[in-house]
Amino acid sequence: MAKRTISSSPHILGKDTTTKIMLDVIIALIPAIIASVIFFGFRALLVVLTCSISSVLCEFICRKVMKRNNTIGDLSAVVTGVLLALNLPVNIPLWMAVFGSIVAIVVVKQFFGGLGQNFVNPAITARIILMLCFAGAMTSWVTPNYKEHIDGLTGATPLGILSTGVGEMPTFLEMLLGVRAGSIGETSVIALLLGGIYLIIKKVISPIIPVTFIGTVFVLTFLKGFDVNFALYHILSGGLFLGAIFMATDYVTSPITKWGKVIFGIGCGAITVAIRLFGSLPEGVSYSILLMNILTPHIDNLTLPKYFGKVKEVKNGKN
Amino acid sequence: MILKAKKQASGGVMVPHHKNTKDLSAQRIPTPKTVVIPLLQNIGAPCEPIVKVGDQVFVGQKIGDSDKYISAPVHSSVSGTVKSIGEIKTASGLITKAIAIESDGNMTLFNDIHPPVVETVQDLCKAVRESGVVGLGGAGFPTHVKFNIPEDKKIDTLIINAAECEPYITVDYREAIDNSWDVLSGVYTISEILNIENVVIAVEDNKPQAIKILKTIAKKSDTQARKTSVMALKSKYPQGAEKMMVLSATGRTVPEGKLPSDVGCIVINIATVAFISRYLKTGKPLVSRSLTVDGSAVKEPKNVRVPIGTRIGDVIDFCGGFKYDAEKLILGGPMMGGAIYDLDAPVCKQNNAILAFDKSDIKKERPCIKCGKCVEACPMNLVPSFIKKACEQKDAARLKKLGLMVCMECGCCAYSCPSGIPLVQYMRLSKQILREEKK
Repeated sequence: MAKRTISSSPHILGKDTTTKIMLDVIIALIPAIIASVIFFGFRALLVVLTCSISSVLCEFICRKVMKRNNTIGDLSAVVTGVLLALNLPVNIPLWMAVFGSIVAIVVVKQFFGGLGQNFVNPAITARIILMLCFAGAMTSWVTPNYKEHIDGLTGATPLGILSTGVGEMPTFLEMLLGVRAGSIGETSVIALLLGGIYLIIKKVISPIIPVTFIGTVFVLTFLKGFDVNFALYHILSGGLFLGAIFMATDYVTSPITKWGKVIFGIGCGAITVAIRLFGSLPEGVSYSILLMNILTPHIDNLTLPKYFGKVKEVKNGKN
Repeated sequence: MILKAKKQASGGVMVPHHKNTKDLSAQRIPTPKTVVIPLLQNIGAPCEPIVKVGDQVFVGQKIGDSDKYISAPVHSSVSGTVKSIGEIKTASGLITKAIAIESDGNMTLFNDIHPPVVETVQDLCKAVRESGVVGLGGAGFPTHVKFNIPEDKKIDTLIINAAECEPYITVDYREAIDNSWDVLSGVYTISEILNIENVVIAVEDNKPQAIKILKTIAKKSDTQARKTSVMALKSKYPQGAEKMMVLSATGRTVPEGKLPSDVGCIVINIATVAFISRYLKTGKPLVSRSLTVDGSAVKEPKNVRVPIGTRIGDVIDFCGGFKYDAEKLILGGPMMGGAIYDLDAPVCKQNNAILAFDKSDIKKERPCIKCGKCVEACPMNLVPSFIKKACEQKDAARLKKLGLMVCMECGCCAYSCPSGIPLVQYMRLSKQILREEKK
C-alpha cells in the first residue's frame, strides 16, 4: 500500500515562507544600499558585507556550539547584518562592525533562543551598545561631497546642526536624496521610502507603525514652534525613516495587534522627539524603538482584538 | 435583485479554487456489492440497529434509530441481506457500530415508502427526522433540530448556504444547476411552514451560472408575504461558515456559544434543502449523496452519486483509480476535511468530497516570528499565535480569555502561516485542555 500522510487540516498551505519574507526585506533594503554606495563610496558596501557575512557566521557557529539546528537558511541573520550596517557611520573600523554583529546575533538573538524569541531588536541593540562602547568612532560622520570627490569630509549631521545651531543645514532636496552626514543607510529618504512601499505592497509590513511613528514625530516637532520647516527637517533627519520602516516594524519585537501597532508607533515617535528636543543626545530613534520593544508584550495584551461574538461576561461552565 | 453582503468579517484567505469538476453532473456509480452503514453519521447520539443479521432489507428501509433527540435514523442504501453488525472504524477514526449489507443488485425500493403529510412545524420536524437527513455541507448536524425552534425565539431569515467556499468541491454548485427546481420547492415549503418572511440564497461570486439560475428561482419564489433574494458573496474562504453567513445576510453577529437561531436565522446547506424537498414529494429517505472526487492523484475527476456506505476505494475505482500513489487522501475539502488512510472506510451522509493528492503540501516548520499573518487571516478575530503559546503553557485561563472557543478550525491561520506552524492542531489541543479542565 502506498504511504499516506496523516496530518491536521488544512491540507493546502499558502506560499509565504519565512525565507521569502526575509528575502523581501533584503530586496527592500537594496535601494538604500545603492544610495549609500553612491553617497559614501564603496566602503559603505564593505561595511554592509562585513556585517552581513559576520552575522551569518555568528548564527552558524552559535547554533553549532549550542547543538541546535542550523537556521541560516531563513535569511534572518542577513537582514540583521544589513540593518546593523546601515546604522553605522561609513568610516567605522571593520572589527567594530564585526563586534556589533556578535552582539546582535549571539547576545541579543541566540542567547534568548534564536529567531522569534528575542525581546529587543538585535540590530538596534547592537548599534546602541556600539554607541556606548565606541562613542567616538560611532559619531565621526562624513558629509558626502558628491560634486568633488567621493570620500567627503567630516561633518555634523543635520540633527547635530539642529540641536547645536552650528553649521549649515542641507536643503530639503539634499535631505530627500541623502546628501547629508549620517550613518550609511539612514540618509536617503527616497531610497528608504521606495523599500517601504515595496514591503507594504508585498504585504510584508503594515503601514501602521511607520505612519504613526513618523506622523507623531512630525506633529510633536511642529507643535514645538509651529514651524513646518523645523518639523520637516526633523522627520527627514537622523535615522527616522530607516528606523520607522525597517526596525520598528520588526515582527518579533513589535505588537501583533492593530491597535498595539498604533500605540507602538506613537510611543516610538513621542520618545524620539523627547530625546531629540530635551535629551542630551541629538538622536533618539534607536532608544525609542528599544524602549517600545520592551513594552511590546504588555501593549499586545492590552490591545487584544475583540473576537467574533465576544460577550462581556461569560458565565462559568459555558462555552 | 442580487444582494451584496450586509457586513463582512475581516480576515479570511484567498485560496485557489480548483473547481475542476464544475461542469460535470453527478454520475451514479454502479451498485456496490456490499455497503457498510455506520450507525453514527451525525453530530449527537448514535443509532441502535433495528435489523438482525440475515434480515432481508430494501432501499430506504430504516435499519437504525435512536430515542435521543439530537440524532438521525439511518436507512439501507441497497436492497439485500444484512451480513453482519459490528464495530468499525470510520474514515475519521471514529469507532462506531455499523451494519454491513450484501446487495442483491436489484435496488428494490422498500414498500412502505410514501410522502409524509406535512402541515405544521411539528409535522415538518418529524418528517425531516424520519428522512435521516443531516447537514450535507459537511457538519452532519441533524436538520430537524434546526427546524424545532423554541417558543421564545422568532426566526425571520432563512439562509440557504450555497457558498461552497472550499476548493475543489462542486457538488453544491451542481445541486443548484441540476436540481434547481428541488431547491425552489424546498425553499418554498420550508419558509412557508416555518413562516419565515425573508429567504437569502448565498453564493460566492465565482459561480455566475449558479447565481443566474438561483436568481430565476428566487424570483419565482418571491411572494407578497415573503422576499427571496440571492446574495453574491466575495469569493473568499471561509464565506460558507455558518456564522459568516449570518453576518453577511443579516449583519448580525452570533454571540459566543450561541446558535444562528439566537439571532433569528436558520442556515441550511443547499443540497440539504433540495433533498428535503424531494423527500417531501416521494418519502424516500437519505440513502445516497453526491461527492466530488478530485485531486492530482485521481485519474478522472468526477462528481458522483453514491449509496451511503459505499467503500471509498470503490468510489475512487469508479473515477479510474489513482494516477499516482495517493500520499494524501482527504475526506472533505482541503481546508477543513480530514486526512484518511483507509480506502475500506465507508462514505457517510455528511461527506462531500474525496480528494487524493500525489504529494502532501508541507512547509518546513520554523519558529513563530509574530508576523501577524494569522491574526489578519482569522475570520473570528482571534490571535492564533498567542493561543499556540498559551496552549504550550497549558494556560487554560488565558486560552479562555483569548476566545479560543469561537474558533471553528477553518484553517485560515495555518494556511497563511509563513513558518508552517500547524495552528489548527494547536487549536484542537487547546480545546482539549479546556475540556479537561472542565472535568
